[in-house]
Amino acid sequence: MKSAQDYWRANVSILLKCLVVWFVCSYLFGIILVDQLNSISIGGYQLGFWFAQQGSIYVFLILIFYYVKRMNRLDREFDVDEQ
Amino acid sequence: MDLTTITYIIVGLTFALYIGIAVAARAGSTSEFYVAGKGVNPILNGMATAADWMSAASFISLAGLIAFKGYDASAYLMGWTGGYVLLALLLAPYLRKFGKFTVPEFIGDRFYSRTARIIAVICLIVASITYVIGQMKGVGVAFSRFLDVGYDTGLLVGMLIVFFYAVLGGMKGITYTQIAQYVVLIFAYTVPAVFISLQITDNPFPQLGLGSSVADGTPLLAKLDQVLAEIGFAEYTLQQGTTLNMIALTLSLMIGTAGLPHVIVRFFTVPKVKDARSSAGWALVFIAILYTTAPAVGAMSFFNLINTIQPGETGQPESNLVYEERPEWFKKWETTGLLQFEDKNGDGRIQYYNDKNADFAETAKEYGWNGNELVKVDRDIMVLANPEIANLPNWVVALVVAGGLAAALSTAAGLLLAISSAVSHDLMKGVFAPNISEKTELRAARISMAVAIGVAGYLGLNPPGFAAQVVALAFGLAAASIFPALMMGIFYKRMNSQGAIVGMVIGLLSTLTYIFVFKGWFFVPGTNNLANTPENWLFGIQPEAFGAVGALLNFGSAWLVSKVTAPPPAHIQALVEDIRVPRGAGAGSSH
Repeated sequence: MKSAQDYWRANVSILLKCLVVWFVCSYLFGIILVDQLNSISIGGYQLGFWFAQQGSIYVFLILIFYYVKRMNRLDREFDVDEQ
Repeated sequence: MDLTTITYIIVGLTFALYIGIAVAARAGSTSEFYVAGKGVNPILNGMATAADWMSAASFISLAGLIAFKGYDASAYLMGWTGGYVLLALLLAPYLRKFGKFTVPEFIGDRFYSRTARIIAVICLIVASITYVIGQMKGVGVAFSRFLDVGYDTGLLVGMLIVFFYAVLGGMKGITYTQIAQYVVLIFAYTVPAVFISLQITDNPFPQLGLGSSVADGTPLLAKLDQVLAEIGFAEYTLQQGTTLNMIALTLSLMIGTAGLPHVIVRFFTVPKVKDARSSAGWALVFIAILYTTAPAVGAMSFFNLINTIQPGETGQPESNLVYEERPEWFKKWETTGLLQFEDKNGDGRIQYYNDKNADFAETAKEYGWNGNELVKVDRDIMVLANPEIANLPNWVVALVVAGGLAAALSTAAGLLLAISSAVSHDLMKGVFAPNISEKTELRAARISMAVAIGVAGYLGLNPPGFAAQVVALAFGLAAASIFPALMMGIFYKRMNSQGAIVGMVIGLLSTLTYIFVFKGWFFVPGTNNLANTPENWLFGIQPEAFGAVGALLNFGSAWLVSKVTAPPPAHIQALVEDIRVPRGAGAGSSH
């Protein structure tokens, strides 16, 4: 029988991984490294500018749905899903 | 048909639709009034959340802010979308499992303290009222243009309509109305964007159009950089402010999104914990449609504005628009007082340039320019004026007005509901008069809505900034006060009532003081202690961004105080254990 503590630990570890991605795509690519990334161009966009005004939003979306899927699986693995 | 008639018809039809739905779904019980009976499908709930949350700030103000600030406005884009990640990951599922009606209810129960609950109510009211002021600014702009009256009159009309509209239905009415409002507002936002993107870049997708080239083959963004440089402004795609300020602003808006009571309460309305997680995702899908379009609208409307005012080459005497030949939209916006022209060099033409730039002054003099002649361009008019500047058909222009009103009304209604439930449910029924009847509770809810509209409308006459900036202040307040308490309540079992109370008080007061020092006490113009300029800001952090600092102070002080006081009782620790696990989430207690 897996415990509630293990479930919580697994949840927090998934959370932290997602938050790393969240940080990288917005704060790191969109703000901190923006000048460096702006030297790369995709079409008419400079990459840093693209992350700040477009890319980060797409990543946020993917991230939430990944998290939903991953957590639903975790709930079943630990048998704590809603019936 | 002329524009005014079409606008009346389209706005009238959309209003009839919302009010029809609100009446049909009128809330009968307090439970329906607050949370729509917890039976809303996650996709529909996501759509309603999107309408609830995308306000006049997103619809009317955001693109204008981007137009005039360029890259620096990215903080608003990332901040107002990234907050949903925090909401989905850190708060929504656990608050749904907890299964009560309001945010103060959670804080009061988790921190086993009436004081904590009352402080949470105060935080909620302060943040929400500030937010409604921002909406009132947007409503005032939209109505002044729609009715061809001054801003102040437009605002008064808006207040009346918001009052009628919000008092009528509760959450249940609002949920279904908001789905209709979402459809109207997103259609109204994307249609002109597609037209203009096609016009300027030949690409029907504004998201791609922004990265495409204009007629002469130069990429749009590079062209904007170039045009702006020619008239003395900083480049569009480059950062003007400091990196620290930008990080603080983004963070403040993100955690504010996750701490705003009227958004959080949405996640109490889904059937299951797993729906609470995906609801946040769906809300972001519907929000992202507008948020990825907004940067294109901002850049393209600005490009069009400059090209209208200065069709020719910079510096040539005949290049600028003759004032007497100004287009119809220009005259209409002059009526509202939000656009003003002053012929400083007496040549009868309109010169728009950066007269604050000392390096450019010499060049301007050579051109025979004697100061920027567009003495006022309220940024909040950009989205509404955009389709007219681009010469789009009248029905598109009318649609945008309807969309702007939908955005402002839906959010104002959601916020007023959060305020009224805090007063009637948390303060009166929860603390001061537990024995009042449902009927009295509903009446108290409606009276508090009316008072909130009055206060916000009064302060909206002289708003402390553009709609998006006022709303940003509200997010800062929510970020500094409510979010840390919620997060520690879930993730830190050892957090006790003393810690949470001290944290909320310090977070709220520090942020509020910082804002008042620069924006005026209680937002009364002229009462600020320091000029709102970067030299005066602490570490260069603007008032809109201070919520991030307030949140840090909240976390830090709460942690310190909880360390030196007794841990929470065993049953509270068990409660925290319980909300961390999805199984067993009931339909929610109904009191």
